[in-house]
Amino acid sequence: MELLFFYIFAGVAIGSAVMVVTNKNILHAALFLILAFFCVSAIYIILRAEFLAAVQILLYVGAIMALFIFTILLINVMQAQFLRQFHGQRPLAAILVVALAAETIFLLLSDFRGNFPLMSEMPSETLGQAGLQTLSNLLLTDYLLLFEVASVLLLAALIGAVVLARGNIATADRRR
Amino acid sequence: MVPLSHYLTLGAIIFFIGVWGVLTRRNAVIILLSIELMFNAVNITVVAFSRFLDQFTGQIFAIFVITVAAAEATIGLAIVISLYRGRESLNVDEINLLKW
Repeated sequence: MELLFFYIFAGVAIGSAVMVVTNKNILHAALFLILAFFCVSAIYIILRAEFLAAVQILLYVGAIMALFIFTILLINVMQAQFLRQFHGQRPLAAILVVALAAETIFLLLSDFRGNFPLMSEMPSETLGQAGLQTLSNLLLTDYLLLFEVASVLLLAALIGAVVLARGNIATADRRR
Repeated sequence: MVPLSHYLTLGAIIFFIGVWGVLTRRNAVIILLSIELMFNAVNITVVAFSRFLDQFTGQIFAIFVITVAAAEATIGLAIVISLYRGRESLNVDEINLLKW
């Protein structure tokens, strides 16, 4: 039953990922990416990472994709979307990506002796009990430095984004 | 029950779809969207390993990857807005002032 749900959500995630990278309309691509994020959140629930699934929807869909869609609507989409958006490197990139993907999947699964041990590796049943409590304990004890550094990083990104998007005040005044 | 190989294969496939998007598309916003796809693929892989090794390290790593992805998407979009303001085009092939 879990396997069936995994296949459904994995299939929709891969399908919408392909639609993201092949769509000429950038707003449609952003919306397909939102669908992909919802499917990935469902896969997190199958993996018993419920807090991460909620964080994924709140942050990725609710904040990052909202920012993307605001930006896409802010700039002039009509002009940007009718340019020829592919160049002649597409076949070479496709060959390279397929070869790399096949090689990576083979390396991930095999143990170089001819058998694939991870194909029969099943999850244990112990994880997930009081998961949120353990996660928050770990965040504030073992990974406290990472937590504080992430705050500094977000502050730097905030300041950088304001400075970059503000533009040149002199140019703006001249245009007005 | 879903074996580990399924999650790793899914992560690898989504990652390489993102790589194809970064290599092939010329629109700056689509390139940023493909980078977000790659982040998600890495997150799936890390959380799958965390489930199968009975620890929480993977989930914490995934939370910080989401945080870093938010910061990076913000700065990337600010750069895209500045680019668009400067030359009215989102084509990354035309951003070649440093090319010799």
